Order: sequence, then structure tokens, then C-alpha cells
Amino acid sequence: MSPWLPILMAVPVLGAIVVALLPKGSDKLAKQVTLLVSLVVLVLTLVVAVQFKTGGPRFQFQAVYDWIPSFGVKFGVGVDGIALVLIALSAVLVPIVILASWHDADGTQSADGTLITPKRSVKTYFSLLLVLEAMMIGVFAATDIFLFYVFFEAMLIPMYFMIGSYGGAQRSYAAVKFLLYSLFGGLLMLVAVIALYVVAGKNTFMFPELVGAIQDPATQKWLFAGFFIAFAIKAPLWPVHTWLPDAAAQAPAGAAVLLVGVLDKVGTFGMLRFCLELFPDAAKAFTMPIVVLAVISIIYGAIVAIGQTDMKRLIAYTSISHFGFIVMGVFAMSQVSQSGAALYMVNHGFATGALFLAAGFLIARRGSPHIADYGGVQKVTPLLAGFFLIAGLAGLSLPGLSSFVSEFMVMIGTYTSTAFGSGALAVAAIVSALAVILAAVYILWMVQRTMNGPTAESVKAFKDLNVREIVVLAPLVALIIGFGFFPKPLLDVINPTVTQTLVNVKVDNPAIAEKGAGQ
Amino acid sequence: MESPAEIVQHTAGGMIGASWLMIAFPLLGAAILLILGRMTNRWGHLLGVAMSLASFVVAVLTFLELIGLPADQRRQAVRLYEFIPGMVDMGLLIDPLSISFALLITGVGSLIHIYSIGYMAHDPERRRFFSYLNLFVAAMLLLVLAHNYVGLFIGWEGVGLASYLLIGFWQFKPSAAVAAKKAFIVNRVGDFGLLVGMFIILATFHTLTFSDLGAQIAKSPPSGGAITAIGLLLLLGACGKSAQLPLQSWLLDAMEGPTPVSALIHAATMVTAGVYLVVRSGAFFFPPDSAQALAVSIVGAATLLAGAIIGCAKDDIKKGLAGSTMSQIGYMMLGAGLGPVGYAFAIGHLITHGFFKADMFLGAGSVMHAMNDEVDMRKYGGLRKFMPLTFVTFFVGYLAIIGFPLLSGYFTKDGIIETAVHHQPILGWLAVLGAGITGFYMSRMVFMTFFGEKRWEKDAHPHESPAVMTWPLILLSIGAVFLGGYLILSNRLMDFLAPAVGAPPLSERPEFDPFSTAGLATLALVAVGAGFAWVRYGRAEVPAVAPRGSFLTTFARRDLFGDALNESLFMRPGQWLTRFAVYFDNRGVDGLVNGLAAGIGGTSGRLRRIQTGFARTYALSILFGAALLAGALLLVGNI
Repeated sequence: MSPWLPILMAVPVLGAIVVALLPKGSDKLAKQVTLLVSLVVLVLTLVVAVQFKTGGPRFQFQAVYDWIPSFGVKFGVGVDGIALVLIALSAVLVPIVILASWHDADGTQSADGTLITPKRSVKTYFSLLLVLEAMMIGVFAATDIFLFYVFFEAMLIPMYFMIGSYGGAQRSYAAVKFLLYSLFGGLLMLVAVIALYVVAGKNTFMFPELVGAIQDPATQKWLFAGFFIAFAIKAPLWPVHTWLPDAAAQAPAGAAVLLVGVLDKVGTFGMLRFCLELFPDAAKAFTMPIVVLAVISIIYGAIVAIGQTDMKRLIAYTSISHFGFIVMGVFAMSQVSQSGAALYMVNHGFATGALFLAAGFLIARRGSPHIADYGGVQKVTPLLAGFFLIAGLAGLSLPGLSSFVSEFMVMIGTYTSTAFGSGALAVAAIVSALAVILAAVYILWMVQRTMNGPTAESVKAFKDLNVREIVVLAPLVALIIGFGFFPKPLLDVINPTVTQTLVNVKVDNPAIAEKGAGQ
Repeated sequence: MESPAEIVQHTAGGMIGASWLMIAFPLLGAAILLILGRMTNRWGHLLGVAMSLASFVVAVLTFLELIGLPADQRRQAVRLYEFIPGMVDMGLLIDPLSISFALLITGVGSLIHIYSIGYMAHDPERRRFFSYLNLFVAAMLLLVLAHNYVGLFIGWEGVGLASYLLIGFWQFKPSAAVAAKKAFIVNRVGDFGLLVGMFIILATFHTLTFSDLGAQIAKSPPSGGAITAIGLLLLLGACGKSAQLPLQSWLLDAMEGPTPVSALIHAATMVTAGVYLVVRSGAFFFPPDSAQALAVSIVGAATLLAGAIIGCAKDDIKKGLAGSTMSQIGYMMLGAGLGPVGYAFAIGHLITHGFFKADMFLGAGSVMHAMNDEVDMRKYGGLRKFMPLTFVTFFVGYLAIIGFPLLSGYFTKDGIIETAVHHQPILGWLAVLGAGITGFYMSRMVFMTFFGEKRWEKDAHPHESPAVMTWPLILLSIGAVFLGGYLILSNRLMDFLAPAVGAPPLSERPEFDPFSTAGLATLALVAVGAGFAWVRYGRAEVPAVAPRGSFLTTFARRDLFGDALNESLFMRPGQWLTRFAVYFDNRGVDGLVNGLAAGIGGTSGRLRRIQTGFARTYALSILFGAALLAGALLLVGNI
């Protein structure tokens, strides 16, 4: 029994309570306390991360407490390599988001001068952020599937309020759409979770004990579908993606970062861990249609992104394209493609996080998310333009930046996967590589229309990034460049978990290094 | 046929072991200048120059250590660190091919850095310019020094980024911003080819590292469809970076960048990366009569003519030079497609071209500097008396490029032509024709700029450029005179490169023959071209406004309708597709299910207004989407 993970979850919960109980009018204090708490969580996470043994058992820092004994439900937590890097991603993003959203809950000026006032107080926003952080850690740390389901659903609540109470003009529309889509997926998953419990007949929801418990192929397929649809909505995968652009566009920039950067990863994380390992035969049977949907997401998301006129919606559609890559990597079932997919989840969080925040800073200066309302910003605010460009380049997976490594691994791992005969996956990899061209179009065209050209009248009074904003973006850029050249620390943690996954899925797909000459 | 030598792992340290410093210096320079920003305004340019020079010194020392080794030891792989565990290492390959490029990049690069001190002196963003130049040098060195395709690709995209930033350096000009974006996107089409080529290489040989590939290929020479596919895909990549047909359209627009950028990136170094890629991947273009090798030569021959024709019609001095660059790289590609017998000439021409074309671009910059940034040659004229140094150095570069006997271009271009005539006669004679056209358009440029009457705008006061700009011109023109002969006579470059790229069998070893049919024909055609230019632009008065010209002139002026073709084939259909996709996404995927739900639930207008309407609408639309998904899964999964 290790206390670390319960502590990691308890600290933000306690912080949230403290912030909520602060007297009215102490907004600034609320923000400072929230930031402090999130930094404590970050430090604790790093302490956990350095203690993680890459050659050790799969689940480390395990803690299991009885919760509902009559159904065998336990409060079981523990992390494998992939869960660890995703928790670390959350712990890094939360303080950055807090600092970035410093004024987001104060109300925003829209382009036509009307003030959009939040429905709830400033301190509520920040205490919701901490609650969300606890749940994000919980969802990745849960080793009990019922506990996972609870976090999976509960996460919606703080996010619903963050969008619905603090978002843009269309916030309630977007929040309801987000909630209903997610609830529906969750409902299917609940049915599948209960069915899994009943059919397995082991009186437990603990994931390690349920691996291999379902043997009947037909049962596997039904249960797989229940989990997969919930995760596909969350990820989101075409054609159940339409909630994301609305939610991301209406959410405050910081909330959008957590939504797209972390919450959506629960979908792809769930596919990799639960869909594959619990229902390996079904996963293999469904691989091809899912890879086709993933490739459609990649190309379709990119094309629709090119046509967007709203920056936040554009970024949301690029994410749909990127999630397609992650799903393709997961289901190509090779060591390289799955490691790439897991790495993609982390790198996408940094890259899209940076892009959403940089765009958010730009939007905050004008009150409009419309690309057409800007022009020639680089001349006025070179720093903002520079960060925006770097974040954009990470979005188009420029080699030398972290997102390239993962995208390259996904594509080449899919191409070289021998899991299902080479033909179809090779075609999928080649088609997905077309996104390399499309990504350059959607990013650079946006950069050109907002940052380049003659300076528009409306942007002449812009101030460049202040210290707070630089402190928000600089760490993300450092991570993007650092992991772009040195992805090994992340991959060393991820790789053993992927190997174990492939063993559980019973796919014989040796790593490239074993097949060919080493270096 | 002599195969390349085996690549050995370098363990001895020394200068080769420290060759990564070559990349580290300019990378550090770029980082310092970008992070410190305006704080470096006063000394930023000096740091940029110093870092480039430091890199040049490292390159020279590495070169000296390398030639101190016996010939079969001259391929040293330096492992740096594990990049993607179990799959890809970062490392450098120091061999005659890579070090030749490194010397060219850092040598010519440093001269252009120095020149830029003067050229960019009045630009408030000069240090940012130097940070991008440093970034470019670092990326370009990684491209040529990397010991595997992944490192090469990182450098490849890095130079693409630097090119994007520098073409768009004056991004407040819409034309510059558009040109920068276009260059990047067109290059990405080529990158797609390189990327998929890497997929197939890894799937076929289980490695992306040059040394392992060499060993694998030596064991069992590759053949079959996979090799053809790899070759053609790499060629697509090369076409993007080197502005070869059909991906040539970006280079002419790239002239929006400051002139030193055009000299360094869009003439001397980056655009030749495609030639490097083909030569470095020689094993995939073997044997020389394979389809993929022939494709390289055909692309080269087609582009050398296309570029030359474009060069004939341009009044903008930089665009004229850009057409010429396309054309000269076409010669290199033609040579590179011929196999080991052509490599030395292709690389030789690449090196001499790096000197004389950089010389002429910087000369053009010097002229523009003197003429208030005017680029229209119809508004030049008679400048030789006002800018003697610029004139003499430009004229030397001109003589070199048209292949005037005994100058650099004479040896290297003639080598390509002779070899091509021998191995691919049709393409070879096209190259002879191209040389004649070169004689015409380059002479036209010289006559319009430096000879004839003044046709200046009223406020022009031409003057010679400062020493910081003329000294690089002098040094480059010295290279333009002597380098070709030194490299080609007695096959010096061929023997030096042999361990890296192989060499032709002794029987096919070329000998320099000044009186060969093709050589004499080339000289005669060049003389005709130059004479024709004299009649049209030297002796006769040049009209200040371009005459309308025939259809052929329009064809050439509009870059052989390349942009029109791209627009009708890709851009407009792309826009339609995008618009349709957005419409489909709003109305189709989202709206269709919403509408359907509303139809089931009652009148849509009433439902939209009330919150509960949202709920019901979306519940139904999600159900519909999910049913679609489940249906697809079950339908396809059960088969």
C-alpha cells in the first residue's frame, strides 16, 4: 500500500474546499491559493515520477481500499507507465492553466463591447479547477474499473460548470451539448461495466484480475462496443465529434486546454487499456473499421479545420485530426505505433495547450475569436506572434518539436505493423501522411491571416505579452522543444507498459529493433 | 564499378568526435539571439557571424582530420545519443560527401553572414535576421551530417522552417507572407514523399541508418518494386526541396526574401539538398538504367530547360537568377541520375554553382542596395562605371555560369553534359540546348544591368557598396574562377568522393576532353545565345516598359503557367472541398441528426428556443451517431 496516489488526489480536493470556503471578495487570495496547491501537486507528482521503476512491476504505487464490499467495488489506484505520464501531463498543465486563466473568470469583453459576465463567482471557478485536477489524476490512476467509471462521469460536472458558467456567448448551448454527448457515452459504458462484472463472475472490478476473464468472442464484442463508443465520443472520433468544436470554442481558453489536452485523452487512454486488454479478440476483429474511422478523422478533421473562421474551432478540429492519429496508433497494435500513440497523448497536450493559450491571449486583446478580425499582429506584438508560431508549428508536427516524434512513430509503426498482414495498415499510414500537407495549410494560413500582412487598425493598440503570459507559455515551449530532441525519458516509461499491453492482447508484433539490425 | 566504403563507428574522439560542434555553434547563436531578443540589437549580427565562422573552423579541422585517414577509413559514424529508444539514434556521418557539403555551407554561409552585416544595416530587426540565418546553418548541417534518415528529415524540415521565416522576414508585405507559406506547403508535398519513402525503407530493411542500410544492401543488393517505390518517393522529396518540376513553383516567389537569403538558401545550399538526398541514397537509384534513376535524369533535364526558359523572360533580376537556379539544379539532378559516373560532376557543379550563383545573387543585392531596392532590370543600365567591383565580380560569375572556357562552370557543367550525352543521349543534347539558352538569358541580364544607357528612376544615385559587402563578392568570384578546374581536372573530386558514393569502373573513368563534339557544340550554342542577347539587349536600346511579346514570352513570364496549373488543379478544388466539408460538418453530421431529431420531436423552431429542446435534440442526435458507429463496428467486424 503506497500513500502517494491518494495523497495526490487529496491535496487538490482539500485545496478546492479551502478556496470555496474563502470569504467573498478574496478573489486574489483564491487565485493564489489555487496556484500554490497546483504547484504542490506538481512537485508531488514529480516525486512520484522519479520513484517509478521502469523495469519494475506494471502497476506501481498501488493502494486498494474497500469501498462497496457487497459488490466487490474497491477504491483501487496504481499507475503504469502510460497512466504516469498522463498524470504528469495533468499536473504540469493545471498550474499553467491557472496562471493563464487569472482573469478569465472576471468576465470578458466581447468584440462589440458587451461584457459577458460569468454566472458564478471567481473563487468557484478556481475551486472547480482543483476538483477537476483531482478527478483527472483519479481517472488515470484508477485500477478498479468501477472507480474509473465514477471518475469518468464525475469529471463532466466541473467541466460542465466551467463551460456553462464562464464561457462565451453560446456557453449554455455548448455545455449542454457536451454534457449530453458524454452522459450518453457514459451510460453505454456503465451497462458494459456491469455486464463485465456479471459475466466475469469474479465479484471484482479490479482491472488486473479481469484481464483475460472474458473468453467468449461474442460477449467480448458487445462489451467492447459499450466501452469503445463511450471512449470514441470522449476522444472524439468521427462521426461523434461535433460536440468538441462547440465546447472548445465556448469554454474559457484554460478550460479548453484541460478539455482537449487531458479530458479527451481519457478516451484514447481507455481504448488502449480497457478495450484492448479486456477484450483482445474483439479489438482485433474491430481493428480495420476503427482504423478506417481514425483515418477519416485525420483527413476530415484537417480539411474542416482549414475551412474554419474561428480560431478556437480551428484548433478543436486540428485536435480531431490528431486524435485520429492516436486511435490509429492504438489499433495498429505494434510496439512503435502504440508507444507513439501514448507519447502523442502527452505531446498533444503540450502542443494544443500552447496553441489554445496563445490564441486565448490574442483573443483576450480583441474579444473576438474570428480570424478575420486580426491581421499584422506580429508587427505590434512580436513575442505573442513568436509563441503563437511555435505552438502552431508544434501543431503541424514540425520535426525537432515533440509532436513530430509521436506522429512519426504512429505512422511508421502503423506502416510496419505486421499484426494484420501489411496491406491495409500500410495504406492507412500512407493516407494519414497526407495530413502532413493539410496541417501546414491550416496552421500557416491561420498564422498568415492573423499575424502577417499590414497591421489592421483594430490591433494597433495591442500590448505584447506581459510577464504572467510569458511564464505561462515559456514552460510549454521548453517542453515542446526539449521532448522534441530528447523523447527518451517519456518513451522509457511508456514502452514497458505497451509491451505488456501487446502481451495481453496476444499480438505477435516484435519491435523493429529486434527484427533488424540495431544501431 | 567501385562500391562505397564501409561506414565505421568512430571511437577515437578528436575533431571528428567533436564534429557536433559544427551544429552546436550556430544553434547556440540562434537560441541566444531569439531568447534575448532586442537586448542583442547592438551585437547580435556580430554573434551571428562569429558562430558561423566557428562552425566553419570546426568543418575545416574535421576535414583535415578526415583526409589524414586512409581512404577506406573515411566514413566515420559518430553516435551522439539514443533518440527513439530501440529504433533511432542521433548521430553524424562524417564522410567525403557530408564534409564537402559542410565546407560549402559554412564557408559560403559565413561569407553571406558577413555580407548581411552591410546589407541589413538599416533594418531594425537585423539581429532577428541573423538568428534565422544561424538557425538555417545549424539545420542545414544536420541535414547533411545526420547518419540516418530521421536526422536528415529533422534538418530537412528545419531548413524549411528557416526558409519560411526568411522568405517572410518582411512579413508585413502580403506578398512575402504568401510566398513564405507557399514555399512551406509545396515543400510539404515533397516531404510527404520523403516520409512515405522512409516507411518503406524501414519496412524493407528494418533500419533507417546509413551504415546498417549499407551493410544490408551489400549483403543482398535490393531489387523489385519496393526499391523503385523508394526511389520515386525520395525523388518527390527532392523535387520539393530543390524546386524541380512539378514542385518548382515556390522558388520564384521565394525571392520575396532579403537577397542574402536568396543567395544562401535559395541558390547555394538549401535548394541543392535534393541533389544531396539522391546522391546519399545512391543505392536506391541503382543501377543507373533503372526506372527511378531515369526519372531523376528526366526531371533534371525538364527542369533545366524550364528554368532557362523562365530566366529568358524575367525583368526582375532576382527572378531571373531564380529561374537560373532552377535550371542549374536541373543539371545537377541530370548528373545525379546517371549513377556514380555522374555523381562527382553533379556534386562538383553543386559546389561551383554555390560560389558563382551566391556571387551573382549578392552582386544583384549590391545593385539593389545602390538603386533604392529596385529589381526591374529595365530600370538599370550602364551600371558598370558606377559599381566597378560589383560589376567585375558579377561578370566573373556570369562567365562561370555560361561555361566560359577554363572557369568553374565550364568544367563542372561540361562534365554533366558529356556524361549525359554518353549515357542518355537525348537528355544530354537537351542539356546542350539548355546551355545555349543559359548563354542568352545570362548575357541579357548582364547587358541590361551593366551596359547600355542609364534607364534609372530619377532619384537613383548608384554607388559602390561598402567593403563588408564587396569582400565576400571578391572571395566568391575567386572560387567561381578556379574551383571548377581544381575539382574536375585529374578527377580530384571523383577520387575524394569515391569512398562515400562509389566510383565508375576504370574503363568509364572520364577524361577531360576540351575538343569533344558535345563540348564544342555547347560552346558554339552559348556563343550564339550571348550574341543574340547582344543584338537584342546590348546594342539595341532596352525599352523601359516590357513589350507585350509573343505567346511564348507570356508563357515564360508566367513561369510556364505553373501557378495557373496549381490553382486550377489543387487550390480551387481544395477550396471547394473545404467549403463542402465545413458545410457537411455543420449541416450534415451535426445538422442532419439534429434536424432528424427535431422532425421526430415536433416542429424544430419551437424546440430550438427552449432548453429542454436542446436536451432532446442532442440526446437523439447522439443516439443516431452512436448507432451509426455501433452499426459500422458490428457490420464490418463480424465479417
